[in-house]
Amino acid sequence: MGMTIAEKIIALAAGVPAVKAGDIHTVTLDRMMSNDGTTHLTVDMYRNKLNHPRIADPQKMVFIVDHNVPSDSPKTAASQKKMRDFARENGIDFWEGKGVCHQIMMENYVCPGELIFGADSHTCTYGALGAFGTGVGCTDLLYGMVTGTSWVLVPETVKFNLTGKLPEGVYPRDLMLSIIGQIGANGVNYQVMEFTGDGAKTLSVNDRMVLCNLAVEAGAKTAIFEADEIALEYLAARGRKPKAVFKSDEDAVYQREYTFDLSRIQPVAARPDFVDDVVPVKEVCGVRIDEAFLGSCSNGRIDDLRVGAAIVKGKKVADHVRFLVVPASQEVYLQALDEGLISIFMESGAIVMNPNCSVCWGSCQGVIGENEVLISTGTRNFKGRAGHPSSRVYLGSAATVAASAVKGEICTAEML
Amino acid sequence: MEQFTGKVWVLGDDIDTDIIIPTEYLALKTIEDMKQYGFSPLRPELAAQIQPGDIIVAGKNFGCGSSREQAPEVIKALGIRCIIAGSFARIFFRNSINNGLLLIEQNDLHDYVQEGDTVTVTVNQDVDHNGQKFPIASLPENLVEIINAGGLVKAMRRRNGLAE
Repeated sequence: MGMTIAEKIIALAAGVPAVKAGDIHTVTLDRMMSNDGTTHLTVDMYRNKLNHPRIADPQKMVFIVDHNVPSDSPKTAASQKKMRDFARENGIDFWEGKGVCHQIMMENYVCPGELIFGADSHTCTYGALGAFGTGVGCTDLLYGMVTGTSWVLVPETVKFNLTGKLPEGVYPRDLMLSIIGQIGANGVNYQVMEFTGDGAKTLSVNDRMVLCNLAVEAGAKTAIFEADEIALEYLAARGRKPKAVFKSDEDAVYQREYTFDLSRIQPVAARPDFVDDVVPVKEVCGVRIDEAFLGSCSNGRIDDLRVGAAIVKGKKVADHVRFLVVPASQEVYLQALDEGLISIFMESGAIVMNPNCSVCWGSCQGVIGENEVLISTGTRNFKGRAGHPSSRVYLGSAATVAASAVKGEICTAEML
Repeated sequence: MEQFTGKVWVLGDDIDTDIIIPTEYLALKTIEDMKQYGFSPLRPELAAQIQPGDIIVAGKNFGCGSSREQAPEVIKALGIRCIIAGSFARIFFRNSINNGLLLIEQNDLHDYVQEGDTVTVTVNQDVDHNGQKFPIASLPENLVEIINAGGLVKAMRRRNGLAE
C-alpha cells in the first residue's frame, strides 16, 4: 500500500519501512522549537520535576523570544530571563527580537522531510517546505527535549487539489480562509491537509506558508506541500539541504479529497469570533474599525508588506484608525527598508513596529479596548483574542487590511 | 470499573483556549493565580461557581486554538473531574492527557443535558444521565496510565521507579 508524504516522514522518523493511518509510533524528532509563550514552564518542569534532567541533543533545540518583544512587564522579563539563561547554559540556539518563531524557523532551520515539534500551534507552517511540523504543549516539548523522541498517532491525510491561479487582487489568505469556511474549524481535526495539483505550482513558498500556517484553524495536525523545485530553490538560496524529498505514492490512501479552483476565489473576511465564519468582504463592508494590523506568522512577510504599501502609497490612514505594521522578521524588515516600503507606511501614518507576535496574540502591542474593532492579518479572531472580551476581530488579506486602514471601515482595495 | 458522579456545567461549540485562559492572564505567576480567570471572556462568573468534582459538557471542537498548556492546567486546578465533549482539538487533547485531565468524547449527551444536572461516568463504558446511558469509547491503556498518574511527567517518574 502506498504512503502519503506525511506517512513517509513519520516512517523515516520511526525507523520503520512503512506506517499507516491509525498506527502509533515512537519517533526521533529532528528539531524542537519553543517560544516565550511557554518555555518558562518547560524550564520549571525540567529543573523541579525531573530526577535526572538532561537534554538529548541541544543542537536540535531552538528557543525564540517572539511573543512579548521587548518584554512589557517585570513578569515577562523574568520568564524571558529564565529562558535566555537556560539556553545559554545548555548550548541551545537562542533568538530574541529577530522575528516571529515560525518565520525564523523557515528562514534558518526547516528542511524537507524533517519531523519537527514546536510548542506553538502554528508549527504546521513548516509544511510549506515539505516538513512535518506540529504544535505540542510544553510537557510534550519537555519529553522530546529530554528523550529526543515522542509518540505520534499517524494521522489520516486529506487531499486538497488546487487548480487554476488566483485572480489579480486575491491572495493566498483569501484562499485559505475560503477553505476553512467550507470545511469548518474542526473540519480536518487530527488530519493532515496535503496541498497538491497545478494550482500549488502557482504558489511561492511564502504563499504556501499562509496555507499551512492556518491549517490548525481547521483542526489539522499539520499541512504539507511536496518539496518541489520551488521549495528546493528557497532552501538552496539559504544554503540548506533536504533531509528527504518525498512525493505521495500513486496508490496512497486519502481519507477524502477536495478540489478548489483558485480562479474562483474572491476576497473574503472571517467574522468575529470564529475563523470559519467566512464571508465575501463585500458582506462586511462599512464596518467601522478602530485598528488595523498587518503582520504575524500568517501574513507578515515581504509579499504582504508590498501589497499593503502599494495600497496606502500616497494615501493617509483614517484619522480614527491605528494602523500597525509589523514585519514577521528582521530579514523581512530589512528587505522592506531596501524597497522603500517602510517609508511608504510611515508617510501614510502607519505605526511600524519591531518584529514580534504583536496584537495577534493580544499582548504587548496594540491590544484593543472595550467594544473596539480590529481588522487583522493575524491568525485568529476568537472572543477577546486581541484584548477586551467585548472587542471584535475580523480577519482578511494584507490588501483588505491596508485598504480598510485608509477608509476607516472594512472595504476591499478595489473600493478605495 | 472506575465510576464517578458530578454536577454538569454546559458550554457550546468551539470553546477555544483564549476563552479558557485569556492571554492577558498568562503572565501571572502560578496556575492558582490564573484559575479565577478561567472562561472569563465567555462567563466571568463561572470559575468561582465551579466546585471540585464538577463536570463540563460541551459541543464540538473543545480546546481549539493555541498550544498553551495553561488551558488544561487551569481547568484541572478549578477541580473539573472530566470534560465530555462532542470532539476535542488535538493539541488540547494531548495537553490534557499530559496533565492528567480526563477527556471523554460523546457526541449526543450535549443535546440532552442541562446545566445543574448530575451525570455518572463509568470510565471506558458510558455516561448515565437520568437513567439514559450514553456509550463512550475506551481510552488506550498507555493514555489511561498517564491520566491516572496525574500527567506525563508523573507517569515517567512512576515508570522509572521514582517517588512522587
